Amino acid sequence: MSDAPFLSLEKLTLAYGDTVAVKDLDLSIRKGELVAFLGPSGCGKTTTMRSIAGLLSPASGAIKLDGADITRVSANKRSVGLVFQSYALFPHLTVFENVAFGLRLKKLPAAEIESRVTAGLKSVGLSNFSARKPGELSGGQQQRVALARSMVMEPKVLLLDEPLSNLDARLRLEMRTELQRVQKETGVTMIFVTHDQGEALSLADRIVVMLNGAIEQIGTPEDIYNRPISRFVADFVGFENIFAVEGGKLKAGNGPIDLSGSLPPDTAGLAWRPRMVTLGSGPFQGTVRGASFSGSTREYLLDTPLGAIKAEEDAALAARETGSAIAFDLPVEKAARLKKFG
Amino acid sequence: MTPRIFTPLVLFLVIGFLIGPFFIIVAASLSGGETLAFPPQGFSLKWVAKVFTVESFQESFAISMLLAIGGTAAALVLGVPASYALSRYKLPFGETIRTIVSLPIIVPGIIVGLALLRYIVVPFGLNITLTLFLAHTALVLPYAVRVVSASLNNLRSDIEEAAVLLGSSRAGAFFRVVMPNIRSGILAAFILGFVTSFNQVPVSLFLSGPGVRTLPIDMLSYMEITYDPSVAALSALLAFMSIGIVFLAERFLGFSRYV
Repeated sequence: MSDAPFLSLEKLTLAYGDTVAVKDLDLSIRKGELVAFLGPSGCGKTTTMRSIAGLLSPASGAIKLDGADITRVSANKRSVGLVFQSYALFPHLTVFENVAFGLRLKKLPAAEIESRVTAGLKSVGLSNFSARKPGELSGGQQQRVALARSMVMEPKVLLLDEPLSNLDARLRLEMRTELQRVQKETGVTMIFVTHDQGEALSLADRIVVMLNGAIEQIGTPEDIYNRPISRFVADFVGFENIFAVEGGKLKAGNGPIDLSGSLPPDTAGLAWRPRMVTLGSGPFQGTVRGASFSGSTREYLLDTPLGAIKAEEDAALAARETGSAIAFDLPVEKAARLKKFG
Repeated sequence: MTPRIFTPLVLFLVIGFLIGPFFIIVAASLSGGETLAFPPQGFSLKWVAKVFTVESFQESFAISMLLAIGGTAAALVLGVPASYALSRYKLPFGETIRTIVSLPIIVPGIIVGLALLRYIVVPFGLNITLTLFLAHTALVLPYAVRVVSASLNNLRSDIEEAAVLLGSSRAGAFFRVVMPNIRSGILAAFILGFVTSFNQVPVSLFLSGPGVRTLPIDMLSYMEITYDPSVAALSALLAFMSIGIVFLAERFLGFSRYV
């Protein structure tokens, strides 16, 4: 993995007719990285991916890949592979011919096609299925054919659209391992699009969180999970107690609340996960509104002057009664500091 | 009358009216008599044999065949790209175009025939054969668009993008991954169009000229002069031809899925 950008998007603006889907997006990706585009539907992640593939021409901006400007290079000449969410296998062709499709278009010698397809199918564990038609395969198998079909082309970048979302839990784990293995073995630069934070956290080297056609935050899974920088990202990765900060004070339901300790001036908000809330002691008072048991933990919903607070405690501790008064603390040193509170 | 008797009776009557004439025609064509009559008088194959000796039948059969094959092929050449555009792109006035394409099914053929004669053939002196060809193309077009659209709608459009990303051009993707997957739809449209065109009467009725007649029109005029069972024999042969085609289509293509 070198530090020079391998794929870069520069001031990329993408539009469908008059509707701008992505605006002035800047992003560089290094060779061999596994990057996730994470965001809710409509955030522009799929649109961005389609523009990298060449299926959508940018309204403005540039896309550079491996030192060349590919903004105006047509999709069939970009060396970019895409595994579609629906897999998009050719129903009239056998598994073998599906995988061979691109190689035949390259007019490679038959012996080479044969050996590359065989190797490709072997690597996804489908050697025995080469004579089948896609309709005779399960969803997971179809996806692996689609993966092999893209990989035998030795693309510079492999794009995957929601690669795990159509699979059941067991296959999801299998496919995740499969993708990581392929990425490690071939060193291909991979970008996948997902709306599932768990998928992004577990699979990616780096996550690009998108919202409303713009990048909200870029970071490692640890960065995104532990140090979200905006209210949206904090909410997206499971911070349930999120407050704006104004003039060093917490802006809550009943007016500003002083905080212990000082905050950097650019702090726009603070966010706590339920398990970061201290229960049983602290400067704040609340009432237990409800509780839910989830095996290893108990989650409480508190009615407080700050508003509703979600807190979590080890289930080994005694359960707190609904209706009882409780002291709690929101420790500032544990909180995620948000720089953007839009 | 109880429903237990009523329902089978209605069913029997409907089937009788639909299929009955066919049996009557077949029986009449095997008659040994000199006039078209039912029940047939005696049994012979002479009228079936005579069909093949009537010169005008041979000519008009050839014209009908050429019209059916040529008109349907032309309708497909227009209809396949039209269906593709209608189903893949959000065209301005897409629905209007769809409706216009379907018009030949809705407008009575007799009006189409009269209009073509009165406003195209007579004022512009357009060749009758050419007009017939154009009329049959237009008549078959709605079927072509409908059937091909149905099979296109069953086909996901992202396979074309997949083909492009694997190095194919847009046009190449159409021929490599779209056409093979709608092939049976196209064949079904061809058969439906062929049968529609071949059996077409009202439009062709107005578009007959010296030496240019489609087979059904020729049969009509033959009957006006010669009232012998050979027309019945020819009808029966044509019916068997149609049944054969549809049977083969169903057997090999699952034709009924598309109509």
